[in-house]
Amino acid sequence: MSQVNAAEATSVWSGGASPYAVDSKKFGMWLFIISDALTFSALLVAYTYVRLASPQWPTPFHFSPSIVFSSIMTFCLLSSSLTMVMAVHAMSHGNRPATVKWILATMAGGLAFVILHAMEWRNLIVHEHMSPFSNEWGEPLFGGTFFALTGLHMTHVIIGVIYLGIICFAVARGKFKAIDVEVSGLYWHFVDLVWMFIFPMVYLLSAKL
Amino acid sequence: MHTEDPANVAGASTLTFAKVWIALLVMTAVEVFLAYEQLPVLLMLISFLGLSIVKAALIIAYFMHLKFERFSLFLTLFPMLVLCILLMFITMADSQRALHLRPPL
Repeated sequence: MSQVNAAEATSVWSGGASPYAVDSKKFGMWLFIISDALTFSALLVAYTYVRLASPQWPTPFHFSPSIVFSSIMTFCLLSSSLTMVMAVHAMSHGNRPATVKWILATMAGGLAFVILHAMEWRNLIVHEHMSPFSNEWGEPLFGGTFFALTGLHMTHVIIGVIYLGIICFAVARGKFKAIDVEVSGLYWHFVDLVWMFIFPMVYLLSAKL
Repeated sequence: MHTEDPANVAGASTLTFAKVWIALLVMTAVEVFLAYEQLPVLLMLISFLGLSIVKAALIIAYFMHLKFERFSLFLTLFPMLVLCILLMFITMADSQRALHLRPPL
């Protein structure tokens, strides 16, 4: 009997243990990321669906400014992911001043992304006369799906910058632990990851040749 | 200051992260290059999707640290995510029907 109990206690699936050996905050963020990934997948699938269901899908993205801007935005996000990794690395070594600097660099990358994205949207709205409801190419769903998809992603980036700002402020004041920085990093990398699908699927596949 | 969480120190070195970052940038450059090659749409779609999945895998494994977590975490999170995404593609066949149902402009 006691042997059985001992075996149960050592099994990671027996309950009361931590089968994943991760902090509950980190696991919570992972669960959020998976559900958010499904939201973005659904939007990308919807975009692809209406594209396939259209006889002539518009290709409004000129090399300059759209493709140049979105490529620079990709560079900003990828680089901010690297600085976020460095922030997590610094915090896990207990180096708070370095963590603050790396998080600020990450926020700068995110802000650059948002500003460039807003300029790119302005270009589409003003010069290509595109709105979420209508455009000149007779494919109103292009604007609808495009703005829904990139808008939701931009919202995630803006929330991410605010989230990182709160973490950065707290870390600078000696609050929060390494796990809190790591969890915010998970969110930030996920935002980066989503853009890795939006950039080729939306921008590059509709580049004006 | 003491090390706040020694368990998190284990993992890849900063050099590895820099290498992953460079690999991601190179793959992005390849994608931009491919966009201006006159390839068939299906081939382009497959190469973009393939490159994006490789990039996503690199981000998840190294930046999001999943490579250094327990395998049980990966098994809990990802197979069902992939399955759900694949199930969404069931609707794709219907898009061709919708194309022929459109009223003439």
